Amino acid sequence: MSEIVIEAGRAEKNYWADLWRYRELFLILAWRDLSVRYKQTIIGILWAILRPFLTMIVFTIIFSKVAKLPSDGSAPYALMVFAAMLPWSLFSSSLTESSNSLIDNANLISKVYFPRIIMPTATLITALVDFLISFSILILIMIYYQFAPGWNILLLPFFIVMALLASLGPGLWITALNVKYRDFRYVIPFVAQFGLYISPVGFTSKVIPEQWRMIYSLNPMVGVIDGFRWCILGAESPIYLSGFLVSLMIVAFFLWLGISRFRKMEKTFADII
Amino acid sequence: MSDIVIKAENLGKKYTIGHQSQGSSYTALRDVFAESALTIWHKTKDLLRGNPVIQGDTLEEVWALKDVSFEVRQGEAVGIIGRNGAGKSTLLKILSRITEPTTGRVTIRGRVASLLEVGTGFHPELTGRENIYLNGTILGMTRSEIKSKFDEIVSFAEIERYLDTPVKRYSSGMYVRLAFAVAAHLEPEILLIDEVLAVGDAVFQKKCLGKMNAVAKEGRTVLFVSHNMSAVMGLCESAVMLDSGSLAFTGPVKEVISRYTMSVSSKNFLDLDQLPHGGAGAFARLKLMSIFNEQNQPASTFFMGSTAIIRLGVSCVRRMENFEIGVKISSWAGVAIHYIVSTWEGMHCDLEVGEHIFEVNIPRLMLLPGKYLLGAWVMKEGNPADDHVQEITTIEIVGSDINDCGADFERYAYSGCEVYAPSHWTIVKTTNLKEDSK
Repeated sequence: MSEIVIEAGRAEKNYWADLWRYRELFLILAWRDLSVRYKQTIIGILWAILRPFLTMIVFTIIFSKVAKLPSDGSAPYALMVFAAMLPWSLFSSSLTESSNSLIDNANLISKVYFPRIIMPTATLITALVDFLISFSILILIMIYYQFAPGWNILLLPFFIVMALLASLGPGLWITALNVKYRDFRYVIPFVAQFGLYISPVGFTSKVIPEQWRMIYSLNPMVGVIDGFRWCILGAESPIYLSGFLVSLMIVAFFLWLGISRFRKMEKTFADII
Repeated sequence: MSDIVIKAENLGKKYTIGHQSQGSSYTALRDVFAESALTIWHKTKDLLRGNPVIQGDTLEEVWALKDVSFEVRQGEAVGIIGRNGAGKSTLLKILSRITEPTTGRVTIRGRVASLLEVGTGFHPELTGRENIYLNGTILGMTRSEIKSKFDEIVSFAEIERYLDTPVKRYSSGMYVRLAFAVAAHLEPEILLIDEVLAVGDAVFQKKCLGKMNAVAKEGRTVLFVSHNMSAVMGLCESAVMLDSGSLAFTGPVKEVISRYTMSVSSKNFLDLDQLPHGGAGAFARLKLMSIFNEQNQPASTFFMGSTAIIRLGVSCVRRMENFEIGVKISSWAGVAIHYIVSTWEGMHCDLEVGEHIFEVNIPRLMLLPGKYLLGAWVMKEGNPADDHVQEITTIEIVGSDINDCGADFERYAYSGCEVYAPSHWTIVKTTNLKEDSK
């Protein structure tokens, strides 16, 4: 017979084991988020395609035609933008969803027990599915430009995971803070909008002067986006390795910070939500 | 091996509440800025470190639960009672691991399911079928368990036809039925229930109570928090009474409930001026009502068959001949069950101008367990009521073994019976059924 001991600070010990026990809940929450996502919309799932696609067109026109910025090597500008648009929307939507996840489910938090970390992580699945849908557009664009990817594309899953983890770290921290301070609810849309312009989405990171590139890589999305472009555009977009490692470290640091802050605040969620 | 499944030792839960200090008046605008800047700085520091930040200048510690210890045995059904704010819900939240205790520990052996609300996590956009899976998983059932009970759940909820309709299109009755049906098919070893039965209409509440009763009788361990004394009485053998966070009393359910009813005297003294009156009001007006038990203590909960004493304060503005005063006891659904009338008992009088108190003693409350509404009226005999107040308050009747023969009145109350009529039963020896029955 299973025995549970409840006392202050005890939750620490069987936390990760519990996480495994609650895997069905994780799946069903992810499934719920997915199935209600486009309910009561006419074009439904098409939104996942339309949003990045339209942004790509606008960016291509503004950055390439108006600002006359150079592309990565000989790669078509639209393709270069879309290769960055994909990880960016994956990042920004999973950050938005995960940071609102706890307050959106306040009533679950105060009525049932489960390892709370399930909530923000389950939202990543929704963002991932949206990503996979818009990925099909990338394939169409590549066919349109008759652009064949190299072997590097096989490493794409690694960068997808990196994008997800890059959003999970701050997402966990912010969702925990959101429980008590709804201020953070207003911060996220701002970050998502702002980040779109300071990350190399509409332009290649090669336009950044050499002496600033290391500092520019402190934005973890620089590493993710460069990685995506390297996978998709291949030799046209060589990766800036030292900067990439900096981005990777920043992702790892925020992930550690997010998890540890989340764990620390988690115990009081039910009391203050 | 011991059969103790829940063991709580010195449980305590502390909340820190901040108060905005009142009297601090700043002398200069500069001080205000300096003060705010300092607070913001401290708060930001706490925030970044992940420490809890409390709004307000003075902090107060409140112990919602303090030093609570008890044990629950395998298969026992225990009621947790107490006033609002006594710490019942906090206790349940700790036991179901929603919140951590500040001090003490609990050891629980067995699979726990807690039901703090019916329909937790229901999503309005999803269909009934989808919500059964969602809600079931949230309550701790595995997918295969839900699958095997699916048909049972659907037929209990009586929603077969609407299984594939989003629940936002459900009537509130269907919604609650579905929610309860999922909850009722949980099969944990230990079940923790908070006032979930306070949903739906009276008929549905009784159905739920009946189901809960069945669960408790199957030998599962149940912890049940409720304000509904008759439900606690029907479900549990023993009870725990909490009073402002501490364990006040624990023991057999009947003893604990009578302790509780003695300590609670909230709604037994009523100012009728606050309530809507009917009638012409030309002669007299009902002003006050108070209710007492046998020992003349203020009460609002009574054991079945016990004595109730009701006092009515009447203010008379014009002399009334052939005065009659009465109390109406009606069922939760509003059907009149008892009239208790002065003139039926031979009290004929004229009422002079002034203030009067009438006291009526009801020696045996012939009501089955449940909640009943009290009303009152005054009138001139044979005329329409001059003043009446329909729903003054409720009294609660709790089951009691009035004939010392172990009758389970609670169960019959669930099936809808409200009035008890005493009767004598004998067996007549017979050789010819038809002849001897004449």
